[in-house]
Amino acid sequence: MKELVILSGKGGTGKTSLTAEFAAISNSRVLCDADVDAADLHLLMAPEIKLRADFKGGGLAFINQDKCIECRECIELCKFDAISDDFIVSEIDCEGCGVCVDLCPEKAIEFPIQTCGEWYISETRFGPMAHAILGIAQENSGKLVALVRQEARKLAEKKGMNLILTDGPPGVGCPVIASIGGATAILIVTEPTVSGIHDMKRAIELAAHFKVPAMVCVNKYDLNPDQAKNIENLVEKQNLTFLGNIPFDPVFTKSMVQGKTIVEYEKDSSTLQVIKNIWEKIMGSHEMNSIN
Amino acid sequence: MIISVASGKGGTGKTTVATNLAVSLRSEVQLLDCDVEEPNAHLFLNPKMEEKEAVMMFVPAIDEDKCNYCKKCAEICRFKAIAVISKTVLTFPELCHSCGGCMEVCPEQAVYRTGRKVGDVEKGLADDIFFIHGRMRVGEAMSPPLIKKVRSYIKPDIINIIDAPPGTSCPVIAAMKDTDFVVMVTEPTPFGLHDLTLGVEAVKLLNIPCGLVINRSDIGNNDVRDYAKKENLPILLEIPFDRKIAEAYSRGKMIVDEMPEWKDKFIGLYNHIEDLVKKEKN
Repeated sequence: MKELVILSGKGGTGKTSLTAEFAAISNSRVLCDADVDAADLHLLMAPEIKLRADFKGGGLAFINQDKCIECRECIELCKFDAISDDFIVSEIDCEGCGVCVDLCPEKAIEFPIQTCGEWYISETRFGPMAHAILGIAQENSGKLVALVRQEARKLAEKKGMNLILTDGPPGVGCPVIASIGGATAILIVTEPTVSGIHDMKRAIELAAHFKVPAMVCVNKYDLNPDQAKNIENLVEKQNLTFLGNIPFDPVFTKSMVQGKTIVEYEKDSSTLQVIKNIWEKIMGSHEMNSIN
Repeated sequence: MIISVASGKGGTGKTTVATNLAVSLRSEVQLLDCDVEEPNAHLFLNPKMEEKEAVMMFVPAIDEDKCNYCKKCAEICRFKAIAVISKTVLTFPELCHSCGGCMEVCPEQAVYRTGRKVGDVEKGLADDIFFIHGRMRVGEAMSPPLIKKVRSYIKPDIINIIDAPPGTSCPVIAAMKDTDFVVMVTEPTPFGLHDLTLGVEAVKLLNIPCGLVINRSDIGNNDVRDYAKKENLPILLEIPFDRKIAEAYSRGKMIVDEMPEWKDKFIGLYNHIEDLVKKEKN
């Protein structure tokens, strides 16, 4: 089983748009949207949901006012300042550590398990897809990412497919870490801007930290060809595979507005040809074909 | 005044809006970059950094001479950061949320404090703008403690502009919470609209007044504007797509440097926000 995770560090470089094109170009793959915090892949894939399930996160403290004797023990214990002077727990601030629950002398604090989101198994015109929505302002995004990836893996096994395409979240924190463990390789999509380069370096560092091989491609390269060249040099200096440059092309937005991939919207697009070449390089790369 | 600049979707132009707003206002203003996973504002403001401090989080360690392997520490830990296996105690510092439960329950005082580095906070000056940002250690998962540290430098008597991270989960909430106004930066595309709606839901939950800046306002379609109308969200500024702006951005240049006529528009943006905040308070 192989899994390619598409990351960027910086948001808005084109992770989801590229994932969708790869989905349309490739054969026999399972799609996985691991950007559970702001999932967008479904907008292009129009999934037909086959299975829907609640995502249970941790508990949240709730003070039973009938039992509370206002001793303030919970307020003193809470490291997250989540309990007000009138003994109300802020749902936004509660970290779900349960310390107040266990140590309340009156056992007045309940700890109901929260439904923090939903996850789905779907069918799309490009094959099966695992995806999820994390509730607004919820914790545990890493756990939900791990769950969706596991479901994608099960789905691939069941359907006899040997490739998972995972659209990752931005940043380098909790959900990103959860989306790369055990992946075959990472594709970092960057752009030739000072922010793009800065954030790509951190994404490369993260991949190295977790020992997952990384490859890089540049989107919107013609906004600053010199900077794109710098990225290519920088990537090769680190002995990583540089996959190529994709031009800035309004066709991405035009096809997105129609809910389509470029493959469907403008199959003769020269940008599409560039993306196809990058896809072939990825599938032929030693990163995707190493024995481990 | 505390203004947070957020977006839902990444890459819509939060940093562009936050930095150009700060530079247009010029004095009595500070910028706090709370996108600690990928801080970018310094690339545009080029502040002269003067101070750097490491931000540590409490994590437990076990004094095995005192430990009687009663497992109370492992039992209270909801994050599975401590495991007791017969006569061995294992701690997993990267899973710890620093709740301190293990220290509270240990009957032998065998749990002691150590630290895990979450990242650094750096402070400096960019011309007259006070600049503070957090930079999370690569490999660290939890950004909220670092975001809270950056926010501890808010100065209530001047204008504070917070550059928030993308998304709608705990890091964004930590950045936007208790601010006077949220500027949501979006783009008029299906992805932009979808993530904007999520972002606006988060803002509603925090009960903070909110307005939109539409970036690359002439691409895509009109759905974002229809949504703004329906939700009664004021559109504070529209920035059209301009290759000159995009190219300047790629080199770390600001809109107001390339096209000084934009300075007035950003000052107008601030004045509009100030009016809305005043109205809200009355």
